[in-house]
Amino acid sequence: MFSEADLVALFLTLKLAGISTLVLLVLGTPLAWWLANSQWRFRFLVEAMVALPLVLPPTVLGFYLLVAFSPSSLLGQTFAAVFGQSLAFSFTGLVLGSVIYSLPFVIQPLQNAFVAIGTRPIEVAASLGASPMDRFCSIVVPLARPGFLSAMILGFAHTLGEFGVVLMIGGNIPGETQVASIAIYQHVESLQLASAHWLSSALLVISFALLIIVYAANPKARVLRWSK
Amino acid sequence: MSLDIKLSASANGFNLDIDLSLSANKVTAIFGPSGSGKTSLLRTIAGLDNQRSSGISFNGETWQSNGRAKAVFLPTHKRKLAYVFQEPSLFEHLSVMANIEYGANRTSTDQEGISPEQAIAALELTKLVERDVDTLSGGERQRVAIARALCSKPRVLLMDEPLSALDEASKKEILKMLVRLRNQLSIPIIYVSHSISEVARLADDLVLLERGSVVTSGDVQSILTQLDLSLAHGSDAESIIDAVVAEHDEEYGLTYLESRVGRFSVARKELELGESVRVMLSAKDVSLTLDRQRDTSILNIFPAMITEIKHAGPSQVTLKLNANDVPVLASLTKKSASLMKLETGMKVYLQAKSVALL
Repeated sequence: MFSEADLVALFLTLKLAGISTLVLLVLGTPLAWWLANSQWRFRFLVEAMVALPLVLPPTVLGFYLLVAFSPSSLLGQTFAAVFGQSLAFSFTGLVLGSVIYSLPFVIQPLQNAFVAIGTRPIEVAASLGASPMDRFCSIVVPLARPGFLSAMILGFAHTLGEFGVVLMIGGNIPGETQVASIAIYQHVESLQLASAHWLSSALLVISFALLIIVYAANPKARVLRWSK
Repeated sequence: MSLDIKLSASANGFNLDIDLSLSANKVTAIFGPSGSGKTSLLRTIAGLDNQRSSGISFNGETWQSNGRAKAVFLPTHKRKLAYVFQEPSLFEHLSVMANIEYGANRTSTDQEGISPEQAIAALELTKLVERDVDTLSGGERQRVAIARALCSKPRVLLMDEPLSALDEASKKEILKMLVRLRNQLSIPIIYVSHSISEVARLADDLVLLERGSVVTSGDVQSILTQLDLSLAHGSDAESIIDAVVAEHDEEYGLTYLESRVGRFSVARKELELGESVRVMLSAKDVSLTLDRQRDTSILNIFPAMITEIKHAGPSQVTLKLNANDVPVLASLTKKSASLMKLETGMKVYLQAKSVALL
């Protein structure tokens, strides 16, 4: 069965995924809306940047984050000055890393959903007296609900499975940065295969269940198709 | 009340140059071939397209102006207008009733206008309000869209070819409802169309657009019968005659309509005595005789004078007649015109083979 340390790791993983997903929704929704509607000619640069974590080895991303978090960097210094702790090897650092790492998994379903709505329903709502915020809440959000659901679940599930980035920037501090994937790696290293089995199957079951929800909510399975 | 529009814009080689003043409480039809700028004009009025060099004011309230020092642009949702698009564009996530109430819920209750209940009655939606939006037919959807627009209590109603995507039966049905609504509403309606029959039935005023410019504008009766415009020469050319229901003849199943032209006999209609109606005479259904015919089956025969003759194609001529100061079009073959030796100033009798009513 699970050891107490395993349960802590599992709980930490869920907490990391939950907080990251929340942050991603708050930041990702306006960004996806902007990407779906912007006429800016260099929009593709932003799109490419958002998609980078899809192709970049997590170790590369983790390495650069580690550099950015170091006490000698501006970000690292500022954070240490304000919060009195280092970003590297901290839970906050993990959240930051996860948000960047899972960004495309939240942006793309949202952007696709926003594009699919088109401009017409929004124009109709405007002509009926709805302000921009009102239109977003009363028309866009309900019409993009499957997109929001997919974005949430994909962001959450992808953060669950994160390994490389965490290893680089979080290290392996139980209760602070030791997430399930890291704990599994450690179990295997020290030949505790039974424990590795338990934790792995927990991640497998959770991830599979989440993906089932995504595909059931999007029968046409457009969620995981990246091109429009 | 008036809506003043000054618009000059160019995009992709297409120029829009319009200077219009539309009067209130009237239906103004914007008529023109596709690509003439009708929709651009309507979208600019609504604030959906921000044509930078436009000036629009409604009742003295500036909606947008291109003043260098202080450019004004009132966003669509603050213009208190409603827009009916060619496609119904219902909100798919809302019920029929919630669609209808969407605008109403965003309007202050003390503003004058039509209530959801009145709109539902006017567009005969009582049986549909319980239904899901995706179970409605095209015509039903457009009726919901029109009701939704009306309930937002707009100060001006913009309609962009609302019937053009519908089948003939729905077109006719909705047109009838619109004619009824026109008489009830006290707001200006701007109706974009490329169908003469819709314009003839609905509009009071007509603005003719071509390649982004106003060719002419004025009251619909005189513009439809202007022989120097192409409107009068098409196969769908029509004349409009205002009439009043005078009498029902139960014996023959007829309704008599009194007009300046004379007394029309039409098949019995459920109309109240004294009600105003519009009689439409299709140019190709009008024939002429030199003397008053006694031995004819045609009932609607009126004296008139030829005021203008114009060739319309290789075999046809179009004549403009003056029937007691009402302009009426007749489309004849060149051969008949020549055999009858028709000339301007001649007194003739016009026979209407069929008369449409709305």
